[in-house]
Formats: sequence, structure tokens, C-alpha cells
Amino acid sequence: MDTSRRLFLQAGAAVGGGLMLGFGVRTDAAATAVTLTDYVVVAADGSVTVMAKNPEIGQGAKTMLPMLIAEEMDLPWSSVRIETAASDPKRYGPQFAGGSMTTTMNWLPMRQVGAAARWMLIAAAAQKTGAPHDAFATADGQVIHTPSGKRFTYGALAADAAKISPPKLDDLPLKDPKAFTLIGQSKAGYDSPKIVRGEPIFGIDMTLPGMVYAVYVKSPVYGARLISCDLTAVKAARGVRDAFILKGTDWHGLQDGIAVIADSWWYAQTAREQLKPVWDEAAGAAHDSLAYLEQAKQLVKGRGEVKLSRGDADGALAGAAKTLSAFYEVPFLAHVPMEPQNCTARVTADGVEIWAPTQNPNSGGELVARTLGIAPEKVVVHMRRSGGGFGRRLENDYMAEAAAIAQKAGAPVKLVWSREDDIAYDYFRPGCYHQLRAGIDGDGRLSVYDCHSVTFARDGKVAQGASIEGNAFAPLVTPNFRLTQSLIPSTVPTGYLRAPTSNAIAFVHESFWDEIAHAAGQDPVAFRLAQLDAHAGDKADYNPGRMRRVLAAVAERANWGQAALPKGEGMGVATYFSHRGYFAEIAHVRVADDGQWRVVKVWAVGDVGSHIINPTGAYNQVEGSIMDGIGSMEASITFEKGRAVQTNFQDIPMMRMPKAPQIDAHFLTSDSPPTGLGEPALPPILPAVANAIFAATGIRIRKLPLLPEEIAAGRRVA
Amino acid sequence: MLTLNINGKPRQLDVLEDMPLLWALRDVLDLKGTKFGCGVAQCGACTVHVDGEATRACVTPVGTVLDAKITTIEGVAASPQGKALQAAWLDLDVMQCGYCQAGQIMTAAALLARTPKPDDTAIDDAMEGNLCRCATYKRIRAAIKTASGQSADDRREA
Ligand code: FES
Ligand code: FES
Repeated sequence: MDTSRRLFLQAGAAVGGGLMLGFGVRTDAAATAVTLTDYVVVAADGSVTVMAKNPEIGQGAKTMLPMLIAEEMDLPWSSVRIETAASDPKRYGPQFAGGSMTTTMNWLPMRQVGAAARWMLIAAAAQKTGAPHDAFATADGQVIHTPSGKRFTYGALAADAAKISPPKLDDLPLKDPKAFTLIGQSKAGYDSPKIVRGEPIFGIDMTLPGMVYAVYVKSPVYGARLISCDLTAVKAARGVRDAFILKGTDWHGLQDGIAVIADSWWYAQTAREQLKPVWDEAAGAAHDSLAYLEQAKQLVKGRGEVKLSRGDADGALAGAAKTLSAFYEVPFLAHVPMEPQNCTARVTADGVEIWAPTQNPNSGGELVARTLGIAPEKVVVHMRRSGGGFGRRLENDYMAEAAAIAQKAGAPVKLVWSREDDIAYDYFRPGCYHQLRAGIDGDGRLSVYDCHSVTFARDGKVAQGASIEGNAFAPLVTPNFRLTQSLIPSTVPTGYLRAPTSNAIAFVHESFWDEIAHAAGQDPVAFRLAQLDAHAGDKADYNPGRMRRVLAAVAERANWGQAALPKGEGMGVATYFSHRGYFAEIAHVRVADDGQWRVVKVWAVGDVGSHIINPTGAYNQVEGSIMDGIGSMEASITFEKGRAVQTNFQDIPMMRMPKAPQIDAHFLTSDSPPTGLGEPALPPILPAVANAIFAATGIRIRKLPLLPEEIAAGRRVA
Repeated sequence: MLTLNINGKPRQLDVLEDMPLLWALRDVLDLKGTKFGCGVAQCGACTVHVDGEATRACVTPVGTVLDAKITTIEGVAASPQGKALQAAWLDLDVMQCGYCQAGQIMTAAALLARTPKPDDTAIDDAMEGNLCRCATYKRIRAAIKTASGQSADDRREA
């Protein structure tokens, strides 16, 4: 929460001070293209290259950001070429893919960038003709002198336009949204034709002359130190060029390990089996999932630290007509983006060049500089298309490794992690445990909500991605509320997984909310609608009215409560507000006698503001988030002796084709500026499915992963 | 020296016979469309055709396919199914990150060569081994149906 807020303000400041927009004539060698601004290069043939400033990780930024610029420039989409910008925050402001912030932070600035380029082209036409600026309009990649109808192509004006001083962005008029011709139209992914032909555009596809391949072998136990490792055998293995030991510097970066360099990645990967490293693994030995659970169960009996409190929780519980209590449990998860972590690095006397799939290129460059002890200006990071991110590539540890290995190897290096490396060395979504209590008053209204959450700590502070203070609906609308926190110290690195914190907390609170509705004898949708009507909410950024609309709409689309379902089937609902997006979702599940479950269909209604910029990409994100969320309900990472037990996809069940549900996704628009869609559709689907399983079977799901055996066992008891 | 027949052309390479086809393609022959996802036949990112059969290149030693016709994503457009699938993938804007999609298209092309109009069950069975971490399954299903001249609707439920 804090991270995204801070990033937003930084960007706001950059924009307020005039977006850092470079201008000037920079004509390329062939003298056929003119760099109009840092974002816009106009070729003489009228094609325009537009920069996408942020990493592309599958969220569609590379297509969507240029749409905003092209809209204000009145560019025909077919004439637009797109390139990924250099990683250069001085020119482009913060560049990252995280927090669903790309839309939020760039909706206005990218339109201003487009409007500025358009203004400069018009100014060039005005200069040329002596006619006043306001005598010109633009359409179809041309400046039009309105009185005479005379047209000038952008290509013909670009060289003159580039000499004109830039306008002040804040004063530029932007297009009336009613006149949008691109925003709101579906534009297919710009790189997609290359992808279906198998062109080498991903990070892992990088090659350089003289490049060698590397693996980097670390202890699977976090915090372990390398004592010694005999390298004789590995150096003699076929295809191996070299092997050496590196000392760790930073748990966000380089850790103790052994680099193996070879002529092909597979030779390096095969040779690593010759290594018999001796590790000091004492630091991690205590870290064990079963021990964590035992600790959590003890901790919730204690006092903990009260993080949020309103009214009198104890008094209201004592006075409630009915109380209920439940313990919820959520596991650690791995990110497993489809493209394993990799990075290509070249270290020369002049500096370091990095090619990587990353969500965080700016901070990656800084990490490389720190790791090698060189000036940050000496590091150039090239953003390559990422085969998924899901938050894992906010960390750039593989970048630090590749740079350190390349420095020592004396040749360009491509480091590729195996999938086993990727899982063993993840920055995991932390697990959490929650003791919940609620009280219902004599009128069937929720009078008190009390939650004691146990989460993980690193160095005495709540670990990365482990906050338990979410935006859940129940805490926002309950008169007596208390949130208590207890911490379990851990050395296991944790991080941000798609919809961080919300992806765990939504399941907990929105499932318990369903328990409350049932305990109050009310329909879960009606119960929520009544609360939303009654409470304005006490968080400035949460608007209960927007949530009410999406909930009412999804209930209608799903025919909630209208149809009698066959035995073993049920529907469940949940809502969640995260990353500025409002989502209400309904799942229809079918549960077999042996506990096997499948989500048959999902209805989702979201409100992310005034415009859906690129609908095809937007629906793809919602569909993917929902399926990702459902898939994650069967997965977990468990630890024994400080190491993850799971090693590859055979141990991590994920959504696959036969279980992929039908999805009816729909957007409502509202007055707020558009916000991001990489994450907010994910959190509510987990509780919607769990609540649907309750509706289908009467078994309440309070623990993930959701194992068929446990549902079957619950049935036998019930 | 070994010789492999890839996308209709003989390609020579100097590797030992136990090198998996995936790494021979990617690191030795510079055909990077075939992707590495798991290395243990669990994700399908590395799918190629070996004599028309969808095959996981990560667990296929080159020595076992010396006499075979190998097709990779770079050559799939030579078949009518491959071409139709590429077009449907673009029309329906299937991709998110796109990393799995070469493998998805290769598996789907082998399916269509065998079953020209697969129903939902046939699609489920054929595609189950191909993981899409971005979970573009709805569009993959629709694109396979479109490419095979069927209505794109998911008919698994009424
Ligand atoms: S890389 Fe071959 S199946 Fe995953
Ligand atoms: S599109 Fe990203 S893994 Fe399939």
C-alpha cells in the first residue's frame, strides 16, 4: 500500500514540474527520421515511432501507453511503430511494472506527451504559413489548415517542429473524451505477430557475440553461507569453461554461490551436479511450515499489537446477540513466471550493459552498480519483453548475479535459472494466519469485527509483502472493529505477488463475511448491499457507492439467487477493492463426491474509472487474474529445514485448460480517472470460489490450499 | 557432427547425442522460438513436432530424433493448420506475456492435423500439458476453434 502511494506521489511531482520531456532535432543517420521528443520519432514516410516507457510483462503496457500518445496526436494506429524506451528515469520518470500503476500514473502524462508533439507540429505549420496556431486542426497524421483545407503530413513538418520550444504541458488543452477515436478501441498486442512466428524478443532470447552461458548455484536454505566448494570436477566437465565462487552482498541481490560458465546453458546445468558445496545452513534451519503454524496458533491466543481500532470490540462481542469465531490459514506461494529468471550482461572498461526481463529496470541498474561498486551512470539496462512477472521481477537479484559473473568471466554472460532455481530462490508470497471473531446484534446487523492476524517479520519489521492491513470491506463498514497483529520472525525472503497482501487477505475476510451473512440468516449479496448502503466508509480512497454498483450489476448478470442448482453445485460472491479498482465476482462451482471441484463459470464486474483504454487487453487481464486466482487456491510452498519442499511444476498445481472456467467479465465506468487492471480482479475470486463451495456442500473453506481430500473428509463428517 | 532435419532443412551441429533438442535449437542453432519453461516435461513451453507429433523438446535427446522431421514454431506456418492458428491467435489477441504461446500453437497444430474439428473435450485433453501462467485459456480455446472453422463458443456447459 505504502509503496504504491509513494510511487504515485513521486510521479505526480515529476509531472507537476513539467514531465521530463527532451526535445530537439536529432535526425538519424539516414536523415529520414526526426526525434521530436523523447517519446515521438517521426519518419519522412509519415510512420511515427512512439516509445513505451514501462516494461512489458504481459500486462499490455507496450500497446496501451502508446495508444494514449497516439490518441492526442491523431495518429492512425496503422502508422504507429512502438519501441520500448531506454531505462532512464531522468527522461521518462519512474519506470516499472508494479502495483497496477502504469495506467494510474500515465493516463494524464502520456496524453500530455502526445498533445505536446501535436502542438509542436501545428506550430511548425503555423510558422511555415504565417497563419495563427488556432487556424489548424489535426487528423489522420496530418496538420490541416482549417480555413483552406490545406494539409501537411507530420513527416513533412517534423524537422521544423523539432526546433520549436516545447509547450508547458500543464497548459496544453487535451482532447475532449467524446472525440476519442483510439482510447476505448481494442488494439491487439503490438509484439504479437512476432510472438506467433517465434521471433527472439524475450529476455531469455538475448545473444551477444562471444557470449557464454552461466548457472549460479546457491544454497536452497535462506541465509546460508558457503564454506567451501571443490571446483576441480566441474571445471573438467564437458563444455565447461570456468567455475568460480562469489561472495554474497545483499539478500535483494548477490548471495553466496558458485558460477559455472559453459558453451551452452545445458552443459553448465549438467555440470553443476558435480558440485558438492559445503554450506553453513544454521541460519535457516529453524524455518519450517509446521512450526510456523504451531507458533501462529499460540500467538493468536496472546495480545499482539493493535494496529487499527474503532469503537469497543470487546464490549460489542460481549453484548452481541450472536457471535462467531474462525481460524483462517493461507500458505506461502511462489511466483513462477513462465519465463525463468535470466539476464545477459556485458562488462567492459566503459561500464556495464544489462539485458533483462525485469519489472523494475531503474532499481535494477542501481543494484548492479552497488554490487560491482561502480557509478550508477555506468550501468545501462535494456528492458526486454518479460515472459510474465507477477511481482517476482520487481526484485533484480538475477541481474546482480549476471553482472558479477560477467565481470569475473571476462566475456558477455547469459545467466539462466532453472525452474528449480526459480522456485528455490523465490521471494515468496508470505503465508498468514488469522483468528477472526464477529458479533451480530439483535436486528441481524454486524456489530463487531475482530481480527488477530499473524504474519511474518524480517529484521524485526513486517516482511516485504506481508502486511495484513488490507482494504477489506468488512473492516471498513463495521462500527466496532479491531485489527491485531503478531509477528513470526523468518529468514525466508518474501515479496510481492500479483495483488500483494490482497491476494491473501481478501480470501480471509470475504470468506468470513460470508460466514457472518449466513449466521445472520441473510443472503450474502443482500447483506453486503445493506452494509454498503449504511456506511460511507472511513477511507478517503474507498467509495462504497462504486462497490455497490458493481455488486448489484454482477448479481444481476449471474442471476444470483434466481435458479435452483443441482446437488453439488453452488454459487458464491465476494467483493474487493484493491489497486484503486472495484470488483465484485460470483463463482459457480461443481463439487464431486470425492471432493474434486471445478469452477464452471465466473461473472465479474469491475469499475476502474472513466475509460477502458484498450478493451481487449483489459478483458484479457480480468480473465487471466480470475483464472490465476482460482489456480492459486490449489498451490502452496511449504518449508522444511529452511528450504522449499516443492521443486518444479509437478509439485505446484496451476490452472490448466480443462479447469479453466467460462468467464463473463464486464466493466462499469465512473467519473474517476482510469486505473490499472493487472491485479484488482484477482483478490475477490478466491473467496467467491470458497463461498460457492460452501453453498454447494455446506463445508466452510478456511484453509488454503483447497485440497479435494479435505472437502471429501468434510463431507463424511457433515 | 550430427544432422537434424529442422523445418525442412538439414542442420548440422557438433554436440553430444544426449543434449536435449531444446538446447540444441536455442543455443546451438539459434532457433529461439522454442521456449524453456521447466526442463521436465511439465509445462509444454518447449513443444515442437517430431514427425508431426507434439513433443517436449526439453526431454528429447537430439540422438533420438536424428532421422525425424522436426518442426518448430519458426516453421509452423508451412502447414495450413499452423498458418490458421497463427492468424486466429492474432485475431483473438490471445497473448498476454506470450512466452507459452509458441508451445500452445505447436500443440494445437498437432491436434488439428489429427482432429480437424476438435470439440471441447479434445481441446482439454490435447492442451492440458501446456501451461499458460497468464491463463489465457479462454482465448486459446476460442482460437483453436476459430482456426478449425468452428464457432468460438465454449460449449462445455449449457
Ligand atoms: S520446458 Fe519442456 S515441458 Fe517445460
Ligand atoms: S501468455 Fe504468458 S504464459 Fe501464456
